[in-house]
Amino acid sequence: MSLLEVKEITHSYGASRSFWRKKEVKPVLSSVSLAIEEGTCLGLLGSSGAGKSTLGKVILGLEKPQQGQVIFQGQDVYAMDAKSRQQMRRNLQVVFQDSYSSVNPRLTAEKIIAEPLENYEKLSAGEQSRAIASLLEQVGLSSSDMKKYPREFSGGQLQRINIARALALKPKMIVLDESVSSLDMVTQTTILELLQDLKTRYGLSYLFITHDIRAAYAISDAMAIMHKGQIAEVFQDKDAVFTSQQPAVKNLVDAMLPEHPRYRNAAAPTEAKKLFSR
Amino acid sequence: MHTQPNVLQVDNLNIAAKSSRGALPLVRNVNLELTPGKVLGLIGESGSGKTVTSMALMQLLDQRAMQVQGNIQLHGQELNGMPTKAMRAIRGKEIGFIMQNPMNAFTPVYTIGNQFVETIRTHTGLGKKQAVELAIASLESMNLEEPAKLMKKYPFQLSGGMLQRVMIAISMSLRPAVVIADEPTTALDVTNQLQVLKELDRLRTECGTAILLISHDLGVISQLADEVAVMRRGEIVEQAEVCDLFDRPQHEYTKKLLQARPVMPFTDSLNRLVI
Repeated sequence: MSLLEVKEITHSYGASRSFWRKKEVKPVLSSVSLAIEEGTCLGLLGSSGAGKSTLGKVILGLEKPQQGQVIFQGQDVYAMDAKSRQQMRRNLQVVFQDSYSSVNPRLTAEKIIAEPLENYEKLSAGEQSRAIASLLEQVGLSSSDMKKYPREFSGGQLQRINIARALALKPKMIVLDESVSSLDMVTQTTILELLQDLKTRYGLSYLFITHDIRAAYAISDAMAIMHKGQIAEVFQDKDAVFTSQQPAVKNLVDAMLPEHPRYRNAAAPTEAKKLFSR
Repeated sequence: MHTQPNVLQVDNLNIAAKSSRGALPLVRNVNLELTPGKVLGLIGESGSGKTVTSMALMQLLDQRAMQVQGNIQLHGQELNGMPTKAMRAIRGKEIGFIMQNPMNAFTPVYTIGNQFVETIRTHTGLGKKQAVELAIASLESMNLEEPAKLMKKYPFQLSGGMLQRVMIAISMSLRPAVVIADEPTTALDVTNQLQVLKELDRLRTECGTAILLISHDLGVISQLADEVAVMRRGEIVEQAEVCDLFDRPQHEYTKKLLQARPVMPFTDSLNRLVI
């Protein structure tokens, strides 16, 4: 059985524009189904407005879908009792894109990471600070960073703190919603390596939401492409993304920027591929 | 090459932040040359001084908090230390600026048309009607659909990619000699990124604009830049022609940057194809 199963999710946002006008309904997800196996990473790709983040929220239990089910560890996320819900929250963590707005600017790194621990584990003061120090070290920071405030960290460092917080309760799965998109390339690569390393070490599963094929390719085991609220195609073999004939997938692949100046313009990879296969 | 005079020449630019403990150097000995129709890429990790350099070129740094030394010459005219009023006439007219986040670059309470026309009329003697016509023409050239309708919209009604194209249209309408594009595609999604870069490419071929392209994304640099300067800790550590830089990086830091790219599976087949 898969760790997470998303079954036929349909969701829309409604906006009643004014009192006498008809309610305008904007469909965002239409019968989306996905599955994530334990210990694997699924890359969820799509251009902006495709519904990636909404799906992420639905999976996290933050946005109740109008139709469909989210099954996490065999239980329906939206139909569980308070106790299993609490357990679910513990096993399913999230890291968002904007590291600065994901933390309270008035708390030190120690307090930020301590929050989930205080809520779920009854640790003594000494144990807790040891746990936090080890978490910081796992994400490549040092325990001396504990007393620092968010503004004293760079974006990449703060994202590590967000990851440390997500790891604090040893979750089964982490939803990474554009978690590396705002970081520069060198930092991006080191964070991706860190995530990869943590995944093998703890058998974590990821849902990696992004619009960047490169980043998704680097970390994912399987990839799913979303387009206008639907899953355009799922690839168990991620290399198959580049040869797909599905128009939404092709669009994304074609828009990839070249790796080397020699390939610019004519460098739309699928174009080149086409020539090559001929 | 030498027949083309430099549009913008930066010599020995030093920037330091004034603090209670004395001046804290941010940028040291930066020399840059921009030639018409050419794109100079400026890369480096966050915090390396790319943005502060571009702000200094525009004279947007607060004189009370920052020390800017060195020469910044636009068509031989010294910009560093120029009076505020004279500088204001140059910004936008002579030096266009495209910012990273198009969502924050517009005033939310005025329509696109309103802001577009205001910019045009500040810098030219055009009447309102002519300004509107110019605005619509520039929006059209940016491949934006129904420009007349677009003029009546507010910034929040447009997507990031569209706003970024509007911003380029505004800079383009005044035919500036230099455009500074600071991470123009970072806030956009992949499909819009390529489009915006193509529009910038058109701007330099059609108007002969010199572009300073600041980015940490090597994909953006490979797509557009002719020459690349690598910045690290406030200094330019390497500068070379773009293919040279990618093929034969000299500095350790450049090598590290180039290695940071995730490698794609089809690179091999492409290599055999293109060469």
